[in-house]
Amino acid sequence: MKIKYDRSACQGHNRCYMLAPELFDTDDEGYAVLLVEGDVPADLEEKARLAADNCPEFAIEIEE
Amino acid sequence: MHDSGNDHSRPSVQNWQTDFDHQHPDYAAAAPTIWEQIRTSGCPIAHSERYGGTWLPTSHDDVAAISKDYEHFSSQGVVVTEYRPDIPAPMGYAPPITSDPPFHQIARSILLKFFSPRAIDGWEPVARDTCRRLIADIQGRIAVGDDVIDCAQSYSQHIPVMIMADMLGLPREDGDLFRRFIHNIMEQGGGGEELPYEDTIDFYLDSHVAARRANLGEDLISYLCQAEIEGMALLDEHVRGTIALLIIAGIDTTWSAIGASMWHMAQHPDHRARWINEPDVQPFALEEFLRFYAPVTMARLLAKDIEFEGCPMKAGEWTLLPFPAANRDPAFFDRADEFVMDRARNRHAAFGLGIHRCIGSNLARMELRVAMEEWMQAFPEFELADPDAVTWSTGQVRGPRQLPMRFPA
Repeated sequence: MKIKYDRSACQGHNRCYMLAPELFDTDDEGYAVLLVEGDVPADLEEKARLAADNCPEFAIEIEE
Repeated sequence: MHDSGNDHSRPSVQNWQTDFDHQHPDYAAAAPTIWEQIRTSGCPIAHSERYGGTWLPTSHDDVAAISKDYEHFSSQGVVVTEYRPDIPAPMGYAPPITSDPPFHQIARSILLKFFSPRAIDGWEPVARDTCRRLIADIQGRIAVGDDVIDCAQSYSQHIPVMIMADMLGLPREDGDLFRRFIHNIMEQGGGGEELPYEDTIDFYLDSHVAARRANLGEDLISYLCQAEIEGMALLDEHVRGTIALLIIAGIDTTWSAIGASMWHMAQHPDHRARWINEPDVQPFALEEFLRFYAPVTMARLLAKDIEFEGCPMKAGEWTLLPFPAANRDPAFFDRADEFVMDRARNRHAAFGLGIHRCIGSNLARMELRVAMEEWMQAFPEFELADPDAVTWSTGQVRGPRQLPMRFPA
């Protein structure tokens, strides 16, 4: 599983950071920062899906 | 908008598709039913001649599309009134909420770092302490035999006021004054009955900003006094408008979300029990409160004519952005009309969509979480003393303004 994060769509709702802080941080202005490069560790796949499913701006996509 | 639930003077609405009035008490009482009616009528965008022409989209897709089209839908006006705002774009009265691109992003960037998740973490102990003190007062009243307590007036309304006062470095005792300003602006839009300058939020803020410029501190007003755009200090109107925005937008809204969540819990013992017994469900429950009881409807002013989904929208008309209606759209949410406490897919729009996403969303969410955590821990059992005594505000911020509760011994 890979995460595709679209910074230009992100508006800083911070839902991903709250649901999956292992996968997303936020910058000083509150926009998301993707923490993983490449494959998502298996034990974090569920959290990755949650982050994608709760982004109001559809800025996160999961590629399996 | 606030407490205008008592305004029965507005002409009654015969047809919600062609004559809706979001400031009418009937709308406050039954908004979700009205959105559903409009959504399923064959024309999901209602129109009304009131306020000089107003549109009301009800589907998530339409609300999202309008939120993102700032070319046609200007933020220069965000509260629907009979008159049109006369403060010119791009700044508007209260930047950045009343600003359009490209100025919007400049004004927004100045504020963002104050409202990032980490910056807001620092306010959590203040919020918790505030909630605990309010709860201790309520427990004291219960102990001396007060059996019905208005929890909107005694709890939910105070939390955002006190924290905003602290952030701005203004006296907490001025909370009543803030509420009066909010009432004047939301009800009159500044363009109804002219208030003497000494009674306006502008006078209040001008005095505080002048005092702060002479004696800078660590608060947000001092920060704005020192902020710059391309090497130039912010205009006085910019500083004042931004503080006004934080007071106007940061108080009624969060008060409404906390109050509505308490109203819900008072009527759902099963949800109270689950909150306490399954703490892992709390983060999902909080987002579901925000989806189901989203307090804020924004507005836009048509900057130019557009045919939107077949509707001939004209420059100078209003469009409401009812995020709470978008949040109940069955085409976007499963079981949209049900409160699903552990909803795992919840792309709700309670804080808006697009570039104007509520800048205080992290603060509001923290206040709601702490207010509910502390409340549920102190009062696992409570109920509405009189369901008919609960009144909801009308207009663009919807939440309970009277919330009498009873506590079993």
